Amino acid sequence: MAVPADIVFHARGLTKVYRMGEVEVQALRGVDLQLRRGEFVVLLGPSGSGKSTLLNILGGLDVPSAGEVYYEDHDLMRADDRGLTAFRRDHVGFVFQFYNLIPSLTARENVAIVTEIARDPMTPEQALDLVGLTPRRDHFPAQLSGGEQQRIAIARAIAKRPSVLLCDEPTGALDSATGVKVLEALERINAETGTTTVVITHNADIASMAHRVLYLADGRIVREHVNAMRKRAADLRW
Amino acid sequence: MRALHIKALRDLWHLRSQALAIALVIAAGLANLVMSRATLESLSETRQRFYDDHAFADVFAQARRVPEPVAERLREIDGVQAVETRLVAGANLSVPGFDEPVRALMVSLPDSGEPLLNRPYLRAGRLLAPGSEDEAVISEAFAEAHGFAPGDTLSATIYGRQRELHIVGIALSPEYVYQIQPGTVFPDFRRFAIVWMNRRALEAALDMDGAFNNVTLKLAARARGDAAIAAVDDVLAPYGGLGAYDREDQVSNRFLSEELRQLDTMARIFPTIFLGVAAFLLNVVVSRLVGMQRDQIAILKAFGYSNVAIGLHYALLVALIVGVGVVVGLLGGIRLGQWMAGVYQDFYRFPFLEFRMSGGVFLLGVGVSLLAAFVGTAHAVIAAARLPPAEAMRPPAPERYRPALFERIGLARWLSQSTRMLLRNLERRPWKSLLSVVGLAFACAIMMVGRFQTDAIDYMIDAQFRIGQRNDLSADFTEATGPAAAHELRALPGVRQVEGYRNVPVILRHGVRSERNALQGLAQDSVLKRPVDRDLRRVPIPAEGLLLTDYLAGQLGVGVGDVVEIDVLEGRRRSVQALVAGVVNEYLGVNAYMDLDALNRLLGDGERLSGVLIAADVEAEADLFRELERRPRVAGVGVRRLAIQNFYETLGESMGVFTYVALILGGVINFGVVYNAARVSLSERGRDLASLRVLGFTRAEVSYVLVGELVLLVLLSIPLGFVTGYMLSLYMAVSMQSELFRIPVLVTAPTYGFAGLAMLASTLVSALIVQRRIGRLDLIGVLKTRE
Ligand SMILES: Nc1ncnc2c1ncn2[C@@H]1O[C@H](COP(=O)(O)OP(=O)(O)OP(=O)(O)O)[C@@H](O)[C@H]1O
Ligand SMILES: [Mg+2]
Repeated sequence: MAVPADIVFHARGLTKVYRMGEVEVQALRGVDLQLRRGEFVVLLGPSGSGKSTLLNILGGLDVPSAGEVYYEDHDLMRADDRGLTAFRRDHVGFVFQFYNLIPSLTARENVAIVTEIARDPMTPEQALDLVGLTPRRDHFPAQLSGGEQQRIAIARAIAKRPSVLLCDEPTGALDSATGVKVLEALERINAETGTTTVVITHNADIASMAHRVLYLADGRIVREHVNAMRKRAADLRW
Repeated sequence: MRALHIKALRDLWHLRSQALAIALVIAAGLANLVMSRATLESLSETRQRFYDDHAFADVFAQARRVPEPVAERLREIDGVQAVETRLVAGANLSVPGFDEPVRALMVSLPDSGEPLLNRPYLRAGRLLAPGSEDEAVISEAFAEAHGFAPGDTLSATIYGRQRELHIVGIALSPEYVYQIQPGTVFPDFRRFAIVWMNRRALEAALDMDGAFNNVTLKLAARARGDAAIAAVDDVLAPYGGLGAYDREDQVSNRFLSEELRQLDTMARIFPTIFLGVAAFLLNVVVSRLVGMQRDQIAILKAFGYSNVAIGLHYALLVALIVGVGVVVGLLGGIRLGQWMAGVYQDFYRFPFLEFRMSGGVFLLGVGVSLLAAFVGTAHAVIAAARLPPAEAMRPPAPERYRPALFERIGLARWLSQSTRMLLRNLERRPWKSLLSVVGLAFACAIMMVGRFQTDAIDYMIDAQFRIGQRNDLSADFTEATGPAAAHELRALPGVRQVEGYRNVPVILRHGVRSERNALQGLAQDSVLKRPVDRDLRRVPIPAEGLLLTDYLAGQLGVGVGDVVEIDVLEGRRRSVQALVAGVVNEYLGVNAYMDLDALNRLLGDGERLSGVLIAADVEAEADLFRELERRPRVAGVGVRRLAIQNFYETLGESMGVFTYVALILGGVINFGVVYNAARVSLSERGRDLASLRVLGFTRAEVSYVLVGELVLLVLLSIPLGFVTGYMLSLYMAVSMQSELFRIPVLVTAPTYGFAGLAMLASTLVSALIVQRRIGRLDLIGVLKTRE
């Protein structure tokens, strides 16, 4: 396939249909998409527009109903469960709205659980240092604030040096000052490690820190916007 | 350590009380299994070794009087390897300071030295000196019961003549591992002894010069037992042979085999129940855990943990719980097994009884525990492994509730809101509720079984000794005697009534089935021995025909109105046919009865008695038996009061232990089920309950929703438990029955009451523990987090 070398994700005609009994839900209705290496992309769109569905497919958590999707030369459409697992393990870092930390593990252990199975990880300490949480590394999630928990989740996602970082509403549960701290961490990692980063948000202000903004509506990409001037995360307020 | 393993350990710690409850149930089942199977193996190996090392015979035969040269003809029988002739006879002993009758079985040893067969194992002292006239070796159990040691003397009345015996040795024998008086079921070590004497000395005492009355034979491995037995019978018939029999009918061996069979039954029933309940509990707890950790599973998968890794993670958690159960169960089983071996050592006299747990038992125990764990958790673990990560990221679909059955049938207005919550919750998981009830029913059943034996034995004693057998004393004669003997005894002071009976060895046949048994002749108007039916109503001795113990009738496959053939093994050895006139219900031994006069006519040697039953005043009892013992024609005296006493002494303690152990075991199941049900409910509904608290419900009101659910489960389980307990008792009784004894299936009201109360009490304990957790519900925390 002739894809420019700096394209990491390449998708065409992606559709996803959920079947619940007799009802069919069309979550994606033909999405075409290319993401470049090192790009910071924000996905915006109303609730139910298919953002999470798209992100899950890109991350190999789910498979599309039709269309094609490649990560570099990995065919994610036709990969089996084992192939998708390997893809996630080797290439993807996830951050979710509700942090999804493992409550029975400390901050450090929550990071370690990922670095232990990665090919070329940083140490959990390094990752925690990147998000500025070294002092809290032996605390359990229940002993941390929401923002701290989300930064742990980011540390967990970046610790394995993923090629892509997929974040589903990472600031959704946080106040603006805390949200900014989290975004700063993402910005820094994107800049310093060149990790391709996709962030889903409902917050249009955040879009101004992206290289590129994609608007989803009703299962399609309806608009695309390239920021000529990116704002720094630290300058964001909402 | 790997972070995933740390998670497994922390999860386990979080679940510790529940895990412990489950581990205890597993441990109880496994301990039972190990104890019974290992004891079974130890016992059968020890028995085999003792039999082999001490040349336990294959065929046994008793006769009246056989000239020694006839032994030659026995040796010539095809397949016979060794023949040992000897004298065996009853005697009375008197033990200084022990004012009760003591019976002994005198067994001769060859003057030449060690016997070929049934060699005694010498525990202390020495064997008999060749040619000694008054030396004796006595059985260990009896020696222990009275503190006899080599060097002591003992006075014995053999064939009416009293003599002093010098104890030179204390021994055990493969023939008398289980040492009971003929016709009884439980050993009475104080009142029964085996005494070995030189053949010559016994010949003199019994007027049996140059003759024997008992022979044992060893067969070649290839020999056909029944052919050899028939040949032995042919040889001995002219000399009053009473029919040869093999090991299977040898009393001590027979009891041991029965014991092994019971252990085998125990090794099946109880572990199955416990491990079944454990599987259920593991299922409940692990399913809940996987359900609660959906999002954790999702995140691990999102980061590249494979399905197998997730499956193994939960399998590890299960393995840790089971592992604790297995370790505790194995150790407990070994401990119990050692204790059992000690108990067995009292009942069954082996030179040594070493409790040993074989690799096979170990593997079996670990294997079935893992099997239970697999059955219980495979589904949940596989579901965790298969959970699609994108879907797991979303919270599970909300539970569907609907109005409970009670409400649908129109009882809604009688139910408070809390009661509705409680009922709907139970109905929402019908299988889980049902299985909880079944598990609890087993707890109840096990507690009942613990008491059932006590009830049954009380009833057996009542039926056997107070209703069926009303004589205070009995005396059997050395040989059949004219009726004058009975008249003579009636004249003794304190005697209220004397009734004679006659016992003849016979073989009863019906079609291809045959049973060796005694045929007892009783007067038709006998009041001291009154066979009864199932309802304890008297069944009169018929003028013609037989009464058979129900079990014997079953063995022969006959009912009332059928005809059986009787081969008399005494006197003219006639074979006649007789009608089965009735079937009677007896718990100890099996009997065939007929009219005394009819029996005497059949035997054709005039009016004769084998012994008498005596009703006497209590104060006169002691003098009477001393008087009876002095009479040369009296071979043995039985005292009913002592028989009953012995019955309880022998069984009382072990029954108490059994009841206690069953109570604990039932309690373990009850706790496992109730506590886990409560914890799972608490975890599923912590939010609801905390919300109720926030809305202003009191602790007690909130507890009602949770604890009420448990109490309802327990209340539902108790009637089912009663039925299950009855069935389990029935199963145990049926699986234990043999011609030696049958246990009546009888569960009394106090047993039902006891089991019901024990269930409620142990539920209360679980409820109190859970209550404390409700008190500590984190009102804020629970509302803050996402479910
Ligand atoms: N597992 C599923 N089963 C059925 N329908 C689903 C499933 N997952 C998503 N959907 C449906 O697909 C559509 C898109 O869902 P998706 O989660 O991608 O939306 P979203 O853009 O992320 O919305 P939000 O901003 O609210 O998170 C929705 O209508 C949703 O109900
Ligand atoms: Mg979404």
